[in-house]
This record gives sequence, structure tokens and C-alpha cells, in this order.
Amino acid sequence: MTHKTLVQIAKDLAAGKYSSREITQDIIADIKARDAVYNSFISLSEDLALGQADAADARIKVGNADILTGVPFAHKDLFCTQGHTTTAASKMLANFVPPYESTVGQRLLSAGAVCVGKTNMDEFAMGSSNESSFFGAVKNPWDLNAVPGGSSGGSAAAVAAGLVPAATGTDTGGSIRQPASFCNLTGIKPTYGRVSRFGIIAYASSLDQAGPMCQTAEDAAIMLNAMAGFDEQDSTSVQQETPDFTAELNLPLHGLKVGLPKEFFGPGLNPQVAECIMAAVKEIEKLGAQIIDISLPNLEISITAYYVIAPSEASSNLSRFDGVRYGYRCDKPENLMDLYCRTRAEGFGTEVKRRIMVGTYALSEGYYDAYYVKAQRIRRLIKDDFARALSQVDVIMGPVAPTPAFDLGSNTKDPVAMYLEDIYTLSANMAGIPAMSAPAGFVNGRPVGLHIMGNYFAEAKLLNIAHQYQQVTDWHLQTPTSNNVPVSNQEKGA
Amino acid sequence: MSWEIVIGLEIHVQLATKSKLFSGAKAGFGAAPNTQTTLVDLGMPGALPVFNQEALRMAVAFGTAIDAEVCKHSVFARKNYFYPDSPKGYQTSQMDHPIVGLGHLDIQLEDRSIKRIGVTRAHLEEDAGKSLHEDYDGMTGIDLNRSSTPLLEIVSEPDMRNAKEAVAYMRKMHAIVTTIGISDGNMAEGSMRCDANVSIRPKGQEKLGTRAELKNINSFKFIERAINVEVERQIDILEDGGKIVQETRLYDSDKNETRPMRSKEEANDYRYFPCPDLLPIEIDDAYIDAIRQSLPELPDQRSARFVSQLGLSEYDASVLSASRTLADYFEAVVLVCNDAKLSANWVTGELSKYMNQHNVEIDQVPVTAVHLGQLIKRIMDDTINSKGAKAVFDELWNQAGEVDAIIEANGLKQVSDIGAIEAMVDDVIASSPKQVQQYVDAEVEKRGKMLGFFMGQVMKASKGSANPGQVNGLLKKKLDLLC
Repeated sequence: MTHKTLVQIAKDLAAGKYSSREITQDIIADIKARDAVYNSFISLSEDLALGQADAADARIKVGNADILTGVPFAHKDLFCTQGHTTTAASKMLANFVPPYESTVGQRLLSAGAVCVGKTNMDEFAMGSSNESSFFGAVKNPWDLNAVPGGSSGGSAAAVAAGLVPAATGTDTGGSIRQPASFCNLTGIKPTYGRVSRFGIIAYASSLDQAGPMCQTAEDAAIMLNAMAGFDEQDSTSVQQETPDFTAELNLPLHGLKVGLPKEFFGPGLNPQVAECIMAAVKEIEKLGAQIIDISLPNLEISITAYYVIAPSEASSNLSRFDGVRYGYRCDKPENLMDLYCRTRAEGFGTEVKRRIMVGTYALSEGYYDAYYVKAQRIRRLIKDDFARALSQVDVIMGPVAPTPAFDLGSNTKDPVAMYLEDIYTLSANMAGIPAMSAPAGFVNGRPVGLHIMGNYFAEAKLLNIAHQYQQVTDWHLQTPTSNNVPVSNQEKGA
Repeated sequence: MSWEIVIGLEIHVQLATKSKLFSGAKAGFGAAPNTQTTLVDLGMPGALPVFNQEALRMAVAFGTAIDAEVCKHSVFARKNYFYPDSPKGYQTSQMDHPIVGLGHLDIQLEDRSIKRIGVTRAHLEEDAGKSLHEDYDGMTGIDLNRSSTPLLEIVSEPDMRNAKEAVAYMRKMHAIVTTIGISDGNMAEGSMRCDANVSIRPKGQEKLGTRAELKNINSFKFIERAINVEVERQIDILEDGGKIVQETRLYDSDKNETRPMRSKEEANDYRYFPCPDLLPIEIDDAYIDAIRQSLPELPDQRSARFVSQLGLSEYDASVLSASRTLADYFEAVVLVCNDAKLSANWVTGELSKYMNQHNVEIDQVPVTAVHLGQLIKRIMDDTINSKGAKAVFDELWNQAGEVDAIIEANGLKQVSDIGAIEAMVDDVIASSPKQVQQYVDAEVEKRGKMLGFFMGQVMKASKGSANPGQVNGLLKKKLDLLC
């Protein structure tokens, strides 16, 4: 089944080429055989998956199938799965089996999709390289020396390696888009509130948003159709009708106004990445779009603001992991304080502890105004920047990350260098607008993603652009195992 | 030195919503541990709060009831601290933007004057669970049934000057929240409890003294005692040249003392920040006005009506309207006997006396309003006299039964048969020649007083059942004939 898209599998299932059980078994066997190299999965949910597959086959048989019925996928291990361990890639939750399913998971299950397992990630979604996982780093299928990106690195690697056709991800500051960019996938972070956060272990509640990671824009639209929707269990979920995200895929791009913020093409950007992006923009121009130079003046300070807000919320969100009710508990606590201190000291990894400390500091009496309140003000400025820009243009384009996937271990000693990876992505989370990454070329064999951002609830527009782009390019069709992996854009002659 | 006491109260009112503040679990008292919980109350990973709109309505109702500013924009904030019965590691509360702003409450003092107490704010917050230390031999049990139960925390200005004022304020608050139906006000079950901030300062000094916060006081009686004992402690310290430490203290009702609470409170930085899982609460004038319109008659309004409609004195009216249940009881009595003044006398008199003696609140009183009303009716139709009525009341209180049956069984029926009374009067006069002579010899103005002896004798002879008015009239007539 390797590298079949969701759409292809759905067609095959409908045509009876194979059953859901068969493809599910194949996929699980394939993961068992090949994933030792990538380490993209934390766990497989074989029994549950086969049960879901059988139910899907029954639905298909009686003609009650949805497009996703019987189609296997994987969940980032941040989505609570009823009856199956959900670890957040942390020692803290290594033994945690949720008695409930996330809303997104429930929606996918209702559509008949089959969850084969849980993918690796940065611990509690904190990281940009998938190196902070308690279950070990994930390798980029395009280059085993490279990181897959993070925090949804396992989901990205699993799809890129052809282990599963699609996976869920979450994006708090770029955690869907950056790994999608690093692994040549199409991934979308929807508008904040579009997808329910219920049952997804929180990192930074005001920024977290779940979305799909797929091989094509069409697949992403199909997945998002199933994932999105108002949920009364999430107060920040938006009570608005969910459109059919596939409906606009085939609209022409004539007259589309594309903004290129100059701040996205500054000195920090790898020139070869810049070339890929400009080539992609040119392609979209050829499709009828108009390219306009714009400015997002507060991009530079967004990173400092983000690294105040996200850790502040995280420091509070992660307080519930105290060893009292579930998850890891230290051995033989002497008293309550000892229970808390050792459970958390032993249960959390370095990066998580760093962010808890930063957030705790930022919220402390005497520092709150200087850090948290100021960061919120910057957040408002960033929102205003986007509002201004998006009154001039329909969408904004640029690179997802300043570089292609970097080498494993190259940034782990310097957290600030790692944080700078998010410079282009996290402003979309700060503003709450939708943003996506679509394959746009390669630099030295490592993929580069085109970043497309739009106004609130403009997911269909973003997917439309990516889909149209994918009709005239074949970057997204490249796989790590294809014989003609291009070394750079020039060689492919795009 | 003469000291002035300064008291401010933080009252926690448990709102009588069906479900919890942020989850669909039933909010209630007395269920088996951890049976009234959802993922949200247990602080499970990925669980999210959903704000109970009924709690909002109740908070707004309270704000309008005390004529406070109701804030159209309010925000939930997280108060971060670790404790095993705080499952999320934070309590969702309100900090910078509470739902209710400045308001006030008028209380009646002992000298019957009215004093206005400022209400600083009232905010919504969730309750914590309970830590059960007793039953688990060296371990602590956690019951999260109470976790996320809705509370309205009402913060007063430091306007009270003695424990009695604090009690009056608390009682008035109790009357309001029970009248508008936002809480059952059951203090024994913790539905209403208060923290008292107590400090003292030399009379005339403007600057407030260092305060102690007395935590979790759950009865009117204990508020008074706790404050008084704390004031004594503070006076002792200051008069011995010591200093008051700002701290949280616990009132121990068994030992009648306050003592410092566990050290978890020390130097806590709660790191409040707006809760990112909940949207700010935005309400408009129409919403607030609709709630204001639907408020029931408030204690002050009821008191005014007791004066204007039932002809009670201001004082009786204010006493009787001080609690919803008391006022309801009183009105039920009036409904049966149709005499407001007599009803007021009985409720504020005999009934209150028994309540104090037996240490019960009005909702635990064994004499029903209907029975008391019937009893008063029997006084009004001269079936019994007031002494007999007291005996009936005592029996109703102690043994229950029906009013007429008790009167019958105890032979309390007032004798109004003029012939029978005349016979008894004649007997008494005939058998008390000495006293009769004294009466005759006495000056006219002093005779009235001397009549008491003969009255007592006749009443005694009739076992209290003679109509005192008739006895009095006959005695006077017959004795005066002898003069």
C-alpha cells in the first residue's frame, strides 16, 4: 500500500480490491517491519484497529460507508484514545490509558477511519525536532541523519515513509507545518477553534490546534472534513458551520492576491529555501495569482512573546501531572512535597521542565506585567499585523522554516537556536489564523515546504491553492524511495 | 487602651445549580466519594471546562439583588497551587474582572439602627475536592465530588466593627441568597461559609492593623465566637507589646480558640492568569435587566411590606424578614390565624425563645406554622388564655400533636362560664379574710396592685383555665363592694 493516498485507498475499498481488515493488517505488518529505522510510532493499537476495520468492512458491505470508512491512519500520541495508552511522549504518561476518546478521534472513528497506532512526538508537543521524546528521537525518512521536525515528527515521518496514508498532528507554534515541510507533506493548522481540543493533551491552550498531515491537499481536505466541527465540550471551539473543505479544491486561482511579507525573506532564511519558495510563488503566479509585497512588522518580536505565552500556559496546564491520580508516580514518596517534587523531576524531560520553569517565572508576582502582559500586547500587535495584511491580500506566502530539516543533534544543545526554527510559523498561532505547508521542492535531498496563511476560516481557500499547485507540480508525489529524488529545484527544472 | 475592631468577610456561597460550574456532573452533597465526577472534575489530560450558564444567571441575580454593579465583561483566571484535592493544579476563579463589582448591604444593629456595609465584589469560582485524613491510616483519601462545584465568593469591605455586626451581615447575606434561590444556604453542609479578616487598631487610628484571616467558619454562632476569641488574642498580644503576624488561622470550635493553619499557605504566589480554556463572559443590559425583573421579593422589600400591609413595627418587620424561612414561617402563621401582630409576637417571642434554648434554626423547628396559627386562633376566640397557650406550645414543641386535642387532653380550655368563675371568686374572697381586709384598708390607688393576689388564687383554683379578663372584672367588682 506504500504511499497510496487516502483517496486511492478509499477507491480501492469501495471497489472491493481489498478489505479494510486486509489493508490494516498490511499496514501494521509494514510498520512492524520498517519502523525500527524511523521510530515514528510509540505504540500500535492492533486489536482496536482490527475491530474498527471489521466494523468498517461491514459498513462498506451494506453501502453505509463514508469516504474515510476503513481507511487506516495514525494519531499523534497527544490525542487521547479510549482504552489505548496515550503518552504525550513522556515518561509521565507512559502508562496512561485514557477512559475516553478525544473529540477528533471520535469524529474520525465515526467516519469509519481505522487508527493503527500512536505516533512519536516531542514530549508534550514541546520541541521542533522530535528529539525531546521520552521514546527516543525520530529519523527523517528522507535522510536518516536529519530530524523530521516537531513536535508532530512521528506523524510526519510515518506518512513520509509510507507507513500510513495520513496522520493527525497538533500545531501550537508550527508543530504540523514544520514537520510537514521537513518531510514533504501537506499539513494544515486550521483556524483556532475550528477543531475541538477536547481530549488532546494541552500544551498551550490558546495556541493549540489540531490538523491533518497528509500526502496531498485533497487528502488533507478530506481529513479536515472529518476532524473539524463545533464541540460543546470545548468552550473555545467555534460555533460556526463547517464547510466541505473539498468543495473549493478545483476553483481556479485567477485574481488571487498573494502577499509576500518581506520579513519572511530576511537574513535568517537559507537562500536555497528562498529559491524553492520563490519558484513556488512563481508557479502560483502562473496560475493567475497576483503577487504583492507586504509587511508583518512585528514578526521579529513574535518569537519572544510566544516563548512567554506558551510556557506560561504550559506551566499551568502541566500542573495536573502530579503523581496523585494517574500517570507516573515516584517510588516511595516520603511526604506530599516529596511526591510532587520527585514525580515531576523524574517524570518530565529537560525541555518540558525548562518551559515549566520559564512559564512559572513569567507568571510570578512582580514579573507578570513585564512578561505575560507585555507578551499579550505583542500578540495583539501580531493579530493587527495580519488583519492589516489580509485586508490587502487573500493569502500570505513564505517559507515554513528558515532551513530544510537539520541534522539530528545539531540544535539540542542550544534551545534558543531551536526556538528560532519557529520564527515563520508561530505568528499564525498567535493570531489564530489558518496556515498550511505544502511540498515545494528540495535542498540537498531534504524537502522544503511552502507556507500558505489565510484569514480566519479560510481553510478551504488555502487547500484550494495547495491543490491547484499540486495539479501543476509533482513535489508532493516524491517519496524517499522514489528513484528520482531531486537534489535541488534546479535539477528538477521547475 | 481602647481598641477598635475591624472586620471584613469573604462569604463563599455554594450555588444551587444542578450541575457543576465547569462540568455536567451533578453538584450535590453526601454521595459516595468520587461518584459525582467527570473527566473535567478529575483533571484528566485533555479534559476541558464548559461554563455553566445557570451559575452565571445566579451570580447576576445576586449582583442585582444587592444593587451592585454587574460587570458585562468578566474573565475566569487560574489560581495555581498544588494540593491533592485540587486535581488540575489550579483553581478556576476570577481575579481582575469579577462578575459582580461594588455593591452594599444594609444591616440592622442591636440598637435598631441601620448600618450600610460595602460589598467590594463577588466572583465565581470552582470549589476544590476534599482531603479525607481520618479514615486511611497514614494515607489521605481524595474525594473529588465537590471539585468544580460552583461558588460565589462575596467579599465585603472592612466595614464591620464587632462580631455581632459580622453575624448580622452574614445573616442578611443568607437571607438574600436563599430568598433569590441561588443557594440552599445550608451552613452545616458547607453551602455557605465564610472567612473573616480580623484586625484591631487603637481607637481613632486610621491605619488598619495587621489582620488575621479566619478560615472556613460555617455557622452564625461560630462567626461570633471565632471573631471574639481572635480579637481577644490580638488585644492580648498588642497589650503585651507583641506584634500581630499576618496569617491564616483556623477556628477550633471545640477548644474555642484560633490557631495558625498548615504552612501550605505560606508565601504562596498563585500566578493568576486568564484561563485560556474559557472565553471571557460577555453579557448585555437586556440579560441583566431580565434577571433583575425576575427577582422575587427581597428581604428589605418584604420588611417594608410587613410594615405597610400587616401593620408591624419596623423592628418586628426587620427581625421577621431577616431570613427567608423565618419570614415564610411567619407569613404562614398569619395565613392561618389572620392576626399579624399576634403572630409576630409569638414568632419573635415564644418561638424565638425556644429556638435559642434548643439551639435550632427556624427550618428545624418542630412546631409547624399551621399549628402555631391554630394555637393563636384559639387565643383569639377565647378558647384558651395565653398561659394555656404556652403550655400547648410547649407540648407541640416537645411531643407534637394537634392543638385542639392537646387543649382538650390537658383541660386547658378557658372557663368563660360566668357562673363557674363567680363561684371560684366567691370562694377565694371567703377564704382570704386577711387579704380582703388589707384590700379594704388600702388606699384606692394601691388596690389595683393588690388585686394580683386574688387573681393568682382564682387562676390557681381554675388550674389556669379561667378567662383572666372575666376573673379580673368580677374580683374588682366584688371587692369594691366590700369597701
